Amino acid sequence: MTETTVNETASAGASGEKTVAERPTNVLIVGVGGQGVIMVSKVLATLAQAAGNQVKQSEVHGMAKRGGAVFSHVRFGRKVFSPTIPRGEADVLLALEWAEGLRWLPYLNRARGVFIADTQRIVPPFACRNRADGAPLGYSRETPKDILAKVRTGYALNATGIAESLGNRRAANTVLLGVLSTALDFAEKDWLKVIESFVPPKTVEVNRAAFLKGREWAERHADVGLDEDVDFSLPSPPAVEPKRPQVFIERAWCKSCDICVKMCPERCLELDEKNIARMKAPERCTGCRLCEYLCPDFAIRVLRLPAGDSQQEVRP
Amino acid sequence: MDSLKTNAGAQKTEPAIRPLMGNEAIARGAWEAGVKVASAYPGTPSTEILENLARYPAEDISVEWAVNEKVALDIAIGASFAGVRAFCSMKHVGLNVAADALMSQTYIGVNGGLVITVCDDPGIHSSQNEQDTRIYARLAMVPCLEPADAQEAYELVKTAFDISEEYDTPVIVRSTTRLSHTRSPVRIGEREEVPRKPFEENPAKNVMIPAHARQRHARLLEREQRLKELFAQEPFSRIEWGRKDIGVITLGVPYSYVKEVLPEASVLKLSASWPLPEDRLREFAESVERLFVVEELEPIVEDELRRLGIAVEGKVWFPRTGELSPEIVRDGFVAAGVLEPPPAAEEELDIEPLVRPPVLCAGCPHMSTYNVLRTMNARVAGDIGCYTLAAIEPLKAIDTCVSMGSSIANAIGMARAGYNERPIVATIGDSTFLHAGIPPLIDAVYNNVNITVVILDNSITAMTGGQHHPGTGYGIRGNKTHKVDYEEICRAVGVKWVRTVDPYDLSALFKALREAVEYKGVSVVIADRPCVIDPVRITGPAMVVDQKTCIACQACMNLGCPALTWSDEWYEGHHKVKIDPGLCIGCAVCAQICPTTSIQPSQADT
Repeated sequence: MTETTVNETASAGASGEKTVAERPTNVLIVGVGGQGVIMVSKVLATLAQAAGNQVKQSEVHGMAKRGGAVFSHVRFGRKVFSPTIPRGEADVLLALEWAEGLRWLPYLNRARGVFIADTQRIVPPFACRNRADGAPLGYSRETPKDILAKVRTGYALNATGIAESLGNRRAANTVLLGVLSTALDFAEKDWLKVIESFVPPKTVEVNRAAFLKGREWAERHADVGLDEDVDFSLPSPPAVEPKRPQVFIERAWCKSCDICVKMCPERCLELDEKNIARMKAPERCTGCRLCEYLCPDFAIRVLRLPAGDSQQEVRP
Repeated sequence: MDSLKTNAGAQKTEPAIRPLMGNEAIARGAWEAGVKVASAYPGTPSTEILENLARYPAEDISVEWAVNEKVALDIAIGASFAGVRAFCSMKHVGLNVAADALMSQTYIGVNGGLVITVCDDPGIHSSQNEQDTRIYARLAMVPCLEPADAQEAYELVKTAFDISEEYDTPVIVRSTTRLSHTRSPVRIGEREEVPRKPFEENPAKNVMIPAHARQRHARLLEREQRLKELFAQEPFSRIEWGRKDIGVITLGVPYSYVKEVLPEASVLKLSASWPLPEDRLREFAESVERLFVVEELEPIVEDELRRLGIAVEGKVWFPRTGELSPEIVRDGFVAAGVLEPPPAAEEELDIEPLVRPPVLCAGCPHMSTYNVLRTMNARVAGDIGCYTLAAIEPLKAIDTCVSMGSSIANAIGMARAGYNERPIVATIGDSTFLHAGIPPLIDAVYNNVNITVVILDNSITAMTGGQHHPGTGYGIRGNKTHKVDYEEICRAVGVKWVRTVDPYDLSALFKALREAVEYKGVSVVIADRPCVIDPVRITGPAMVVDQKTCIACQACMNLGCPALTWSDEWYEGHHKVKIDPGLCIGCAVCAQICPTTSIQPSQADT
């Protein structure tokens, strides 16, 4: 992997001199609502504008801020038309969260583009919905090694970890800006000036350190692009024998209080015509035992039988 | 919202070229045009327009949130009658609410200039439909200006006021989500003070009774003709000559996509989409071999060309639904045989994207309310707001969602239809209730139906990023004002059963809702708990899950709280649960659900 500036035409002038490219440079910044995607893109837009570029920065607000996927297109050059980057035309894809980087990978131009991603994972509630025995986490399985093999230039680093080691987790975005700075043709001092104008005064020092750390990391890892210290294994279930849960209800003890029906996480229970609890959807039961725990009359027992057990009715 | 932290224009000394979001540019244009009165109801993607106007000095301009879009437009109309330039902004569906006023005001015209900015949402990023405002412009016979970028938005808003006064008409400036939320450089100017004109005493013009309205309707046709002549000129229609074999008529943001993918074509760029300059269209059509129209949503320009008998290709290649993009416009021209197909990607990536829909915030008080409604086995008529997210897994507790304020009247209709298998509950947010929920509540009491209404009072208009409304007791500039009392409103319209509960208290909420659905008649439960992020971020000691005692029942995860995910520990083949201390605000609702008291406040913070 070689260190490159993404827009060769842009690298004409000496550092500090204003350079404006013919073809727009396309930087796509992605992450999760609340991470600061808009802030990062504003830093880049301000920097590019100060260097004499026309800049367009496009994002969508609204529902996305509620923990959903957030993206911001930043395009700059002599003349920019479309506010959005056409698919396959991003020169840099900067991901503040790992799976978001994967989502937008088709937007990266893989012949010339640079992929930069924080390896931190923000696991959405949807990834934890499968209640089957031994269900895996519904999070992307691709590791940084898999992805860096698919792009020409790529960096996967634990930016959040680096920021934490500097004492401020929120500075992770600035670490990533430090990495980004090695892929674009703006002077270090200009980056720092713009970053300092955006961050709260109390955090100027830590953000400055974070930027330099990111920049130094990218220079040091120009050949690998991979933070070898990142443990990217996903938790896997312990070897358990598959079990088939079965719920037994002692009809004579049930007093129709309805607690089990209301509290079953999978909503498998109902009251029958005599107002006695019964299983409505036994196939949905995960054997969590919540009904057993909550029944005030000890009328419910949950057994976990071996999966192959053909016995239909077992008396506990 | 980040955009609010950059002050768009309150300072007098600022650089002449500034990067402005489309909505900031619209606000800047309105302020410079000398607007004296501005009013709006928040709605994505239009919200930031009024928020930015409120950053200009109060002595320059009166800026206020209205209770709904019709009220906002009526206020602007009143200001126009009184002789000042007046402005109002709304999202596309807001114009449905304000349409009644617009359809009459177009007959009346203006005294002070009257401009309405309507932001459409092609692609439905944050709306319930993607209706095209340009059809309203045609229906109301008002001019519709359609900027392509922030610079043009800024300029056209200023021009719109001149057109409004010159042609005696309200003017619509149509934005879209992409324009409203794209930041690009804008060369700005200075505010021009426009003195208040005297009130025009002219009942034949200002009082729309049948005899007057018949007179005015004829003048609308005349006005439309004059506007066509205006829009035939620069800057409203501009030809950029290129290859004569391909001509493209385009407008709005799609102009930038055409220039991006087909820079060599001849382009007729329109800045007004109604009324269309027929002669200009004909002249351009005759100069090119093949004529295309690239427009977002409805084929307004294309249909007009067909009406004129001009051969044109448009929606046959470019979709009528959704937002356009450079790729979609490129694909359209490829399908039409104008462009070569782009080279295929070297290898397929074969990565399945992670499902990450928007979710309610950690600690959101709506979660417990819908969790309890689930246990009531209620048929729930929902409404417009963040809480619509409770329609999806895991809460899955909303059965219908139509438009602002629909929930209560939908519930009345269900009851009147004889639906009695389950309790009927309408859920409506505080801001939505004030917007359009009070008339149907009056109706419910008046017609004595058996429904329960839950007012989800989080003391803010949360969905659009946290705006004040009459129930918060504050105005847009942070000024203190009267705070609406929901219990008093309900009692005043005749509701006999009203109770306010804290949705963080699960047992109290459960008890209140159970009594409410058992009550015969209209019952109202007010779930009173402020939004966790607006106006201030609320945090308490984070909760932690004891990994030793957690039985992995995951009952807490039915709340859909984003702070709750699986831990690396297992119990009987299931994941135990952990709580992200950075997200948890300590509402303790999950702790009230946990059957093993495994969820407790973290020791470090107590």
